[in-house]
Amino acid sequence: MGSGTGLGRVRGLGSAKQGSHHWWLQRVTAIGNLILVLWFIISLLRLPSMDHDVVVKWLSSPLAAVPMALFVINVFWHFRIGMQVIIEDYVHGGMRVITLGALHIWTFAAGGFALFAIFKIAFTGAPA
Amino acid sequence: MARNTARPLSPHLGIWKPGIHMTVSILNRVMGAGLATVGVFALVWWLVAASSGAEAYEKFIGIATGWVGYVVLIGLTFAFFFHMAAGIRHFVMDLGAGFELKSNRTWAWATVVVAVLLTGLTWLIILNKGL
Repeated sequence: MGSGTGLGRVRGLGSAKQGSHHWWLQRVTAIGNLILVLWFIISLLRLPSMDHDVVVKWLSSPLAAVPMALFVINVFWHFRIGMQVIIEDYVHGGMRVITLGALHIWTFAAGGFALFAIFKIAFTGAPA
Repeated sequence: MARNTARPLSPHLGIWKPGIHMTVSILNRVMGAGLATVGVFALVWWLVAASSGAEAYEKFIGIATGWVGYVVLIGLTFAFFFHMAAGIRHFVMDLGAGFELKSNRTWAWATVVVAVLLTGLTWLIILNKGL
């Protein structure tokens, strides 16, 4: 067992021993974001227009749908970690639990809709 | 947790003269939070609208190309490029570099300049194409 009083250990106080992993994942996903978000912006700028048929045709290509899905997963993972840190810094007590719960729901609900939309277009979008 | 007011509190923000480095640092958080809320909402709306059909997509585009839409989208573009530049700045500082007063100030200003320039460039391209 580590340092600290017996009472402190029983109460489970002290570090959760996951801080450096959390910090590291933030950096790993940041590198992913750098690549994927720039890819996303440049891809949109290269499209001839933002019309529906153009966007659907673009997203029905595997070369767009797969990076787009990775973009969503990576970005959402990154903001889930980052927002948790912000909440832990500024929100205290019971509100912190509620806010962290809301963040979790927001991340997975928005992520679910985004991924479903991408895959729907990818699998059904383009005329064969 | 209740604080014992008889004990001194370590000096914090109140004693420092505000500078560009701390401004960029806190703005990095603000931009990140903006992207995670407004940015994610706009992204999901765009994707769901595109997958729902031409009519829903037209509705999204109608709002996105109104003046509110432009303000939000230009704001999101700036927020991303700022968060990107400030993130790279933090990467360098994570390596232990760039903490000298002068270089710290220079890189903090560079973050702002890069964000403004890349946002301007992106929207020049967009408006040039007449989207």
